[in-house]
Amino acid sequence: MTSLDLEVSSQLTPLEVAPISRTTLALFAGASGDHNPIHVDIDVARASGFDDVFAQGMLSMAYLGRLLTQSVPQERIRSYGVRFSSITPVHGQPTCTGVVRSIEEVDGVRLAVLDLQVALADGTVTLQGDAVVELDEE
Amino acid sequence: MAVDRAAIGRESAPVTLHIDAGRLRFFAKAISETDPIYTDLDAAKNAGHPNLPVPPTFLFGISLEVPDPFESFTELGIDLGTVLHGSQRFTYHALAYAGDDLTMRTRIADVYEKKSGLLEFLVQESTITNQDGTLIAVAENTVVIRNRFDKQEQA
Repeated sequence: MTSLDLEVSSQLTPLEVAPISRTTLALFAGASGDHNPIHVDIDVARASGFDDVFAQGMLSMAYLGRLLTQSVPQERIRSYGVRFSSITPVHGQPTCTGVVRSIEEVDGVRLAVLDLQVALADGTVTLQGDAVVELDEE
Repeated sequence: MAVDRAAIGRESAPVTLHIDAGRLRFFAKAISETDPIYTDLDAAKNAGHPNLPVPPTFLFGISLEVPDPFESFTELGIDLGTVLHGSQRFTYHALAYAGDDLTMRTRIADVYEKKSGLLEFLVQESTITNQDGTLIAVAENTVVIRNRFDKQEQA
């Protein structure tokens, strides 16, 4: 494995995901282990004051994780964190983007700090985050 | 209903999950993963991995692999329908793979409120280790509890 070719202000190749279907919510509930019915059962969602079910936050974080692992080998990711800022409705279409905020050298390893975001087709930002990745092999 | 601040520091029973390849493929399908290293053993090995790697966010769900995954909320008097995920962070130390037994230990790191208690925040910190005791990751998550007071309580 060689050094990664990222510079400050480099954009990661965006990851566009298909609109989120109810099937996706059901599959993700099972696969992720998060069986909170508010994401799959409209009766439960309505009882809690929502008009409809909505996507698991961790589904968007997983999509954004795909953006990371398609850009850098997973073992280069030192940290990855997000803040969930808006609910993702059914049929929402997330696009994941990332940009290199800074590059610093720590103990001989160059680390890139990435700013990450998921936004829907209408512009709503649903998730903002950051990751630190190693540019050089340890 | 306010979460008892005495809960801060409380640690829940460790949860261990055997990571099987089928579950990882199911996760990959659910997130429309197209990179074959997450589903195809040969592709993973060609990329230098001993087995299918556990993707970065899969670790979140380990603690939910118990008969009543939301028991910790119930014990704190939190209605699951009022809970939203506020933030999530992972700090990675080593990759985990299909075949591993991952153990997640979670403690309540903080409880605080905003907007005069209309919103409460529960901060949980977890460590994830494998069957050799190797630290895989540290996770921190914040859940937001949307408290709804009835009119009497508001007055």
